[in-house]
Amino acid sequence: MDEPLQAPAMKATRTVEVRQSLLDGNDRQAALNRRRFQELGLAALNLVSSPGAGKTTLLERTLTEFGRTTPCAAVVGDLATDRDAQRLGRSRAPVAQITTGSACHLDAGMVARAVDRLDLAGARLLFIENVGNLVCPASFDLGERLRVVLLSAAEGEDKPLKYPPIFKSAHVVLLTKVDVAGVLGFDRAAAAENVRRIAPQARVIELSARSGEGIEQWYDLLGALVPKG
Amino acid sequence: METAIEAVVAQAREHDATQIHRIVLRIGALSGVDPDALRLAFDATVRGTPAAGAELELETVPARGRCVDCDLEFGVESDYIFTCPRCGRISGELVQGREMELARIELS
Repeated sequence: MDEPLQAPAMKATRTVEVRQSLLDGNDRQAALNRRRFQELGLAALNLVSSPGAGKTTLLERTLTEFGRTTPCAAVVGDLATDRDAQRLGRSRAPVAQITTGSACHLDAGMVARAVDRLDLAGARLLFIENVGNLVCPASFDLGERLRVVLLSAAEGEDKPLKYPPIFKSAHVVLLTKVDVAGVLGFDRAAAAENVRRIAPQARVIELSARSGEGIEQWYDLLGALVPKG
Repeated sequence: METAIEAVVAQAREHDATQIHRIVLRIGALSGVDPDALRLAFDATVRGTPAAGAELELETVPARGRCVDCDLEFGVESDYIFTCPRCGRISGELVQGREMELARIELS
């Protein structure tokens, strides 16, 4: 390198090229999760949105209705409390709560430890409800097959333009709470168009977990995701 | 940020260095990392480590997309709508821009 030939009294400043991804550790654990899910015969979905976009309400209905014929399990992340796990547990699906303390996202290690607490025998889909946040979860692979980003009618049509990284990484975007879109003056077509411009790869489904509009499309997508055999 | 400092400290040990002068991170424009938040986290994390007092340099990696129709690679400016400059098709394929990487360090 650029060391002088004679050993100096003081150590010379050197430059070390490292080129190490800061997400290496998480990516390795995510790969382990992915293999484990595959061996268990289940597919995992990572649900991401801002707080209050309707992740838990959608999962409550999904676990109860879709889960009746296809065994599902859920892992749910929040900063504090097990309120969501209690809500989802009423469906009788195996549910584990992760309380992150102050962390604003789930990482692959947290998911692995939560999955250890679950009896996944027979489960075909694992829903991972991320901490409500549209920024940091974009960087953390959890080992999911599908990343689902929710955008509710209460949020404004331009969210995809303002938070592009998470939408760019989405396989599916759900426009939720469309039953109240009219009242809120939410332009569904404009929102879908903004998603298409930022994330043309993503499938868009407009739905309401309360009225049931669009929910069949969501179940069709889940049905196609269930591993065969 | 903790991951970065851990990696830096490990490098310092490996190279038998006692002082770290500069840390260079490569951060993709679409990584979701806010540079100001990162600097704040850096200041809080380096205290009491050999990296205390080091200068933090952030290199931004601009976003680049690839057209799914004509295979052209192109730079993406500010709005993150990946419109192919040749055929106009909007593409979702990202070639670079998600990096979060410890690039290099200066130590002695």
